[in-house]
Amino acid sequence: MDVNLTPLLPAIQVLTTALVVVGRDLFIDERQTKGVLAFYSLLGLGLAAVEVAVLLTGRQESAFNESIMLDNFALFFTLIFLLAAALTILSSIHYLRQTGIHEGEFYALILFATVGMILMAAANDLIVFFLGLETMSIAVYVLTGMWRSSSRASEASMKYFVMGAFATGFLLYGIALIYGATGSTNMNLISAYMLDQPSEWPLYLICGGFLLLIGFAFKAGAVPFHFWVPDAYEGAPTPVTGFMSVAVKAAAFAAWTRILMFKLSPLDSDWLFPLWMVAIGTMTLGNLLAITQTSVKRMLAYSSIAHAGYVLIPVVVGVEWGGLPLLFYLLTYSFMTLGAFAVLTSLADDDVPRDNYSDFAGLGFKRPFLGAAMSLFMLSLAGFPPLAGFAGKFYVFRSAVLAGHLNLAIIGVLNSLLSVVYYLRVIVAMYMEEGGVAGKSFRESPFVYLAITIAVIGTVYLGVLPSSALSWSRLAFFSLE
Amino acid sequence: MAAHGFGALTILLAIPAIGAVLLLFVPRRQTGALFAAALLAAGGEFLWSLEVFRRFDAGNGAMQLIERVPWMPGFGIQYIVGIDGISIFLVLLTTLLMPLAILASWTVRDRVKEYLIFMLLLETGMLGAFVALDLFLFYVFWEVMLVPMYFLIGVWGGTRRIYAALKFVLYTMAGSLLMLVAILYLATRHAQVEQVLTFDLLHLYNLHLPLQQQTWLFLAFALSFAIKVPLFPFHTWLPDAHVEAPTAGSVILAAVLLKLGTYGFLRFALPLFPEAALAALPWIIALSVIGIIYGAVVAMMQSDIKKLVAYSSVSHLGFVMLGLFALNLQGVQGALYQMLNHGLSTGALFLLVGMIYDRRHTRMIDAFGGLWQQVPVFSAILLFVTFSSIGLPGLNGFVGEFLILMGSFARAPAWTASAATGVILGAIYMLWMFRRVIFGPLNNPENQKLQDLNGRELAILAPILILIVLMGVYPQPFLSRMQPAVEASLQRILTAPATPVALNQNMSGEQNSDGR
Repeated sequence: MDVNLTPLLPAIQVLTTALVVVGRDLFIDERQTKGVLAFYSLLGLGLAAVEVAVLLTGRQESAFNESIMLDNFALFFTLIFLLAAALTILSSIHYLRQTGIHEGEFYALILFATVGMILMAAANDLIVFFLGLETMSIAVYVLTGMWRSSSRASEASMKYFVMGAFATGFLLYGIALIYGATGSTNMNLISAYMLDQPSEWPLYLICGGFLLLIGFAFKAGAVPFHFWVPDAYEGAPTPVTGFMSVAVKAAAFAAWTRILMFKLSPLDSDWLFPLWMVAIGTMTLGNLLAITQTSVKRMLAYSSIAHAGYVLIPVVVGVEWGGLPLLFYLLTYSFMTLGAFAVLTSLADDDVPRDNYSDFAGLGFKRPFLGAAMSLFMLSLAGFPPLAGFAGKFYVFRSAVLAGHLNLAIIGVLNSLLSVVYYLRVIVAMYMEEGGVAGKSFRESPFVYLAITIAVIGTVYLGVLPSSALSWSRLAFFSLE
Repeated sequence: MAAHGFGALTILLAIPAIGAVLLLFVPRRQTGALFAAALLAAGGEFLWSLEVFRRFDAGNGAMQLIERVPWMPGFGIQYIVGIDGISIFLVLLTTLLMPLAILASWTVRDRVKEYLIFMLLLETGMLGAFVALDLFLFYVFWEVMLVPMYFLIGVWGGTRRIYAALKFVLYTMAGSLLMLVAILYLATRHAQVEQVLTFDLLHLYNLHLPLQQQTWLFLAFALSFAIKVPLFPFHTWLPDAHVEAPTAGSVILAAVLLKLGTYGFLRFALPLFPEAALAALPWIIALSVIGIIYGAVVAMMQSDIKKLVAYSSVSHLGFVMLGLFALNLQGVQGALYQMLNHGLSTGALFLLVGMIYDRRHTRMIDAFGGLWQQVPVFSAILLFVTFSSIGLPGLNGFVGEFLILMGSFARAPAWTASAATGVILGAIYMLWMFRRVIFGPLNNPENQKLQDLNGRELAILAPILILIVLMGVYPQPFLSRMQPAVEASLQRILTAPATPVALNQNMSGEQNSDGR
C-alpha cells in the first residue's frame, strides 16, 4: 500500500475545517448569530489555498497505488473549488440569517462538497472518482433543499436527487462495464490496456465509455441531460445556485477532462460526433431557452447550460488544442458567474426571492455599485471585450479554428450573439426601466460586497491581462500524464 | 519609427479613459463640475491630438508613431498602435467633435455623471479602433465602442430607445462576431504558412491566400463593416438608432462610428483580401449606388427631420463606399475626404436638429415653417450646412463628391451616372426640407416664441462652420497629407498577385484614372 498523504493535504484541510465547524456549532446557542462559523470556514479554505500554493511547484506525485494524483491539474481545479466555496460563503452570511437556514450545517455542507470536488479533480481511479462524486452530490442535494420553508427548494432538491441518482446509476454501470473489460478501475491501467490492444476492445468497453459520458453530461448539465438544471437552480438558495453552477460544473469537467478526454482518448473517434452534437445542442438550446425566461435566476440557469456548451467545444477539439482553453474558460466563468449570483443574493429579501427582471428595474441608479458590477458580469458572460468572458471565448473559438472545427467556432459565435439578447435585458432593466425594489430594502452586507469586489477584480483582470492565467492553465493541463 | 513601449498614441487613448475614471470621483449633484471635468478631458484630448498631428510626418505614406508592447506573447497578440495619413484625419475629426458633443449635451440634466463617463469611454473606444494595428486589439476596441453607445441610446434616448439600442448592438455584433472567426482563421493560416503566430496587421498584409479562402474571409470582414457603414441592405438599424439617440449620440454615431465601417474596408478588408475584394467589387458598387438612391428617396419621404438626416447618411455613405471601391487615387481620396465632410456636415445637422428639438420638443417638419423671421441666425446656419451637405461648390461637400465621381467614373461609368442622380436627389430633399421648415408663413404660435441660438450653441457650431469653408476652398493641405498613405494602401491592394481576370480589371482602372 502506497500511503502518501501529501496529495490529499488540501482535501484533508477542508475536511478538518468542516468537522471543526460542525463541532463548534454544537456549542453555540441557537438564538445567537453564528458568524464565527463562517470565519472558521473561510480560514480553513484560505489555509487550503496556501497549501495548494506551496504544492504548486510542478511536482508530480501519486498516492494509494496511483489512484490519487497530485499534479498542477488537480491543484488548478482545487483552487477554483476553494474560490467558489469562499465566495459562496461570503455571500451567504447575510442570506442565511434572512432565510433562517441553519448556518453551521450550511457551511459544513459547502465544505464537504468541496472535499468531494477536490477528490474528483485528483482521482485517477474510477472508484475514488465515484467516492468524490457522491461526497459532492449528496452534500449539494441537501444544500439545495436546505431552505425548508420554501416549497420550491424542496421540490428542487427532490428533483435534483432523483435525477442525480439516475445519473449515478449510469456512471456506476459504466464503471462496471469498463472494469469488466479491462480488469481494473485504475485509469493508468485502463489506458494502458486500451493502447496495448487497440483492435480487440470488447463492445461493452465502448458502451461503458458512453455510459460514463452520459453520467458526466448529466453532472455538467449538458443537453439532452439538462432537464434538472433550471428547476434545481431556481429552487435552490441563491448562493447555492452560484456554487452549483460554478463548482459542481467545474468538478464535473475536471473529471471529464482527466478521465474521458485524456485517459480514454483512444475512444475519441467513437464519440466525436455525439459530443459534437451535444456541444452544439447544449449551446443552442441553453441560449434559446434563456431568452424566454422572466426570472433572472432561471435565465442564469439556462445560461449556465449554454456555457457548458462552450466548454464542450474544447472537449470536442481534443487534447492537442483543447486543454488550455477548457481550463481557462472554467476559470473565467467562475469569476463572472459567482459575481452575478452574489449580486442576485444581495437583492433577496426575507421571503421574497426577488429574481425577476422587474426586480432589477432601476438598480443601476439606486445602487450604482451593484448595477455596475452586474453590468460587468453580464457583459462578460455575453463575451464583450476586454472582460474575462471574452478572453475565455476567444481561446475556446481559437482552439476550434486551430483544430479545423470551423463550424463549431461559427456556431459558437452565433450563439454568443443570441446570448447578448438576454444578458443585455438585465442591463435594460437596471438602467433603462423604472420601478423595481425600493432602495431602502437592500441588505447592505459588507461580505456580499467583498465577494462581488473579488469577482469584479477577477473578471477585469482575466480579461485585460490573461497572460499569467493562460500559461498557468497550459501548465496545469500538460501536467496530466 | 517603430518604438517599443508606450508613446504618444497611448496617451491619446488614455486621456479620455482617465477622464472617465476621474469623473467617478466627482459628486453626482455638481453637474457643472462634471461638465467641466469632461470638457477638460475632451479638450485636452483635442490638444494632444494636435500634438500627434504635429509629430506626424505628412510626406510619409507608411505607418508612423508605431508602438509595440507584447500583450499575450504566447499567442502572438500584441498591443500595436500606429497612425498614417488615412487615420490621422479621422482621429482629429473624433477629437474635435467630442468636446463639441459634450458641450451640446448641456441640456442633458438627467444622470449627467454616467452620461459623461460613457461619452469619454466611447471616445477611447473609437480612437482605439482607428489606431489599432493588431487585429485582436482592433476587435477589442471595435466591441468596446458598442457598450457606451448602447447605454447612451438606451438610457438617454427617445421613446423607443430600448428597442433601438438593442437593434444597434445586435446588428453590429452579428457582423463582428463572424469577423472574429475570420480573424482567428487568418492568424491561423498565417501561422501555418509563414510559421509566425501573430495578429500584427502589417505582417498579415503580406500573407497571400487562395481566392476561395480570401472570399470567405472578405465576406466576414465586409459584413461586419457593411453593417457599420451602413451599406444597403444592412442599414435598417441606423434610422432607429439615430432617431432615438440623444443629440450628442447621433452626432458621434453619424460623424465617427459610421466612418469606422468605411475605414475598416480601407484598412482591413481591402488590403488583406485584395483579390476577393476585386471579385466582389461590382456587387459592392451596385449596393453602394442602390444605397445612394434608396437613401435619398426614403429621406425625401420623411416627416421627421432627424430621420431625414439619418437616411441622408445612408445615401452619403453610399458615395463613400463608391469612392473606396473605385480603387484609384481620386476615388479613395475623395471617399476619405467625404468621410470627413460627412462627419462635419451631418454632425452639424444633428446638432441643429437637437437645438431646435430642445426648444420645441418636436422634430416634425409640419410643426415648423417661417422660422427665418423668428430665428434668423439658426436659419442661416442651417442653410449653410444644408449647402455643405448637398455639395455646393465652394464648400467641403463638393470636393469630396467630385473626386469620388471622377474616380468611380473610371471604374464603373454606368453606375457612376446613376449615382450622380443621387446628388440631385440630395439637393431636392435637403432644400425641400429647408423650405418647409424655414420659409413660408410663421403660422404655428409655438414657433413665435422660439429663441435664437445662444452663445454656447454658436460656439459649438463655429469650428465646424469654419472647417466646412476651409475644406471647401482649400482642400490641398488635407489631400496632400492623405495622398502618400492612400497611394501606399492602393499599391498594396492592386499589386497583390492577382488572377488574370482581376488583373485586367485593375489595369484598365489604373489607365483610366491616369488622365487626371
